[in-house]
Amino acid sequence: MLKRTSLYEEHRLLGGRLIDFGGWELPVQYSGVMDEHEACRNAVGLFDVSHMGEVHVEGPEAENYLNYLVTNNVAKLAIGQAQYTTMCHPSGGIVDDLVIYRRGPQRFLVVVNASNTDKDFNHMKSVSGQFKVQVTNESAHYSQIAIQGRKAAAIVAQIASAALEPIKNYWFVESQVLNNIPAIIARTGYTGEDGFEIYSAWEKGPEVWRALMKAGAPYGIKPCGLGARDTLRLEMKYPLYGNELNDETNPLEAGLGWVVKLDKGNFLGKDAMIRAKEGGLSRQLVGLKLTDKGIPRHGYAIFNSDGSERIGEITSGTQSPSLKQAIGIGYVKTGHGKIGTQLLVEIRGTKFPAEVVATPFYKRPY
Amino acid sequence: MRFPENMKYTKDHEWTKTEGKLVTVGITDHAQSALGDVVYIELPSVGRVLKVGETFGVVESIKAVSDLYSPVAGKVTQVNSSLGDDPAQVNKDPHGKAWMVQIEVSESAPTSDLMDAGAYTKYVESIK
Repeated sequence: MLKRTSLYEEHRLLGGRLIDFGGWELPVQYSGVMDEHEACRNAVGLFDVSHMGEVHVEGPEAENYLNYLVTNNVAKLAIGQAQYTTMCHPSGGIVDDLVIYRRGPQRFLVVVNASNTDKDFNHMKSVSGQFKVQVTNESAHYSQIAIQGRKAAAIVAQIASAALEPIKNYWFVESQVLNNIPAIIARTGYTGEDGFEIYSAWEKGPEVWRALMKAGAPYGIKPCGLGARDTLRLEMKYPLYGNELNDETNPLEAGLGWVVKLDKGNFLGKDAMIRAKEGGLSRQLVGLKLTDKGIPRHGYAIFNSDGSERIGEITSGTQSPSLKQAIGIGYVKTGHGKIGTQLLVEIRGTKFPAEVVATPFYKRPY
Repeated sequence: MRFPENMKYTKDHEWTKTEGKLVTVGITDHAQSALGDVVYIELPSVGRVLKVGETFGVVESIKAVSDLYSPVAGKVTQVNSSLGDDPAQVNKDPHGKAWMVQIEVSESAPTSDLMDAGAYTKYVESIK
């Protein structure tokens, strides 16, 4: 029996095509991946992301605990601010990428990938014993809805009590929607567009969803499924755990050095990361586009320009709806990752020309 | 979803239209709907000889790659090259403008089990 979010009936009413996504019954699309992707880029899209995991972290040593657990510097987080980070094994491999929201001096909301919720919670618990902190898995109590696109702010303003203008990117407020539903309204997202992620009680999800669909109708709001969620994040070169990141990947080679603060105190994986940096990374994550035709997909091999050496592999790829060309993300041997480097991608036995390009692939025009 | 009466259908959701020894092949409305927005298509060259069930090409949507299987044995006589520049035709007109290949069937060559429109409609219903 697949798990369902509280918005399951809404998806059925909207004609969502339901699939098994890591044990959750969620829509991969409603009107079509391309249509939903374009709606989000040109106006606004609505996403049910209630399957994500939410962990409460609270206690006198909550900040110290989190700073030991994750690679980014939690001490720099102000109340009302959010931070993207990775958390690693002692080996330096990534347990998950996540966002931390600071709700109080020693009170945090940690949001993790749906596919990793149990693994992450067990990892967080195993480390918590050394600190005066309580770590509880609250995933079953939250609904999470993302509204993304240039019209998002105008729509959320109609249902939110707090003013949204002062909430800058990666900041949030604890307020209400529809006058009486407590909600965390965060200016965060996974699409590259302006927008919000709204956290409220599990059972309030449908009310919030319907209110956003109604307020968003004059703006052309469309419900967006997992398919569009993937093409949107791919165009931004945002990593997806399971594709670009896994237990064996190091954040430095994944291009996430910017969330690894080696100048803070000790944290899980710090030694491994220092060694990796000093020894030089063996591979790097790059963005590439196919020069002529062919669509790169997860697992396809990457070769150097004359095809004599296999130098890496594609981690994610698609036909980009916004750029109207085939794009991919992949790991290549160090030395082959400079922008402009000519490569080959092997697709069903034939090698197609590709080129390393600057990322993000998509630049938003506002 | 309506499937033309003058065509026969395979379990892999391809349609065939037979005129003498020439069989035109495409994918059905059900197939294009299941695939989603078609963004890429690979078709064989004219002259290629195919066995029944042999993969003759690939159709790709944003999310998926789907093989195309030859419902008959024979030689490819025509290929719809317009699909290369406009793969979305497969979604818009799968039974008409988005025909994919025409095959000249070999004498007494085996064909795969083909369903008529009624049987195919029932089949599509049964797998929903």
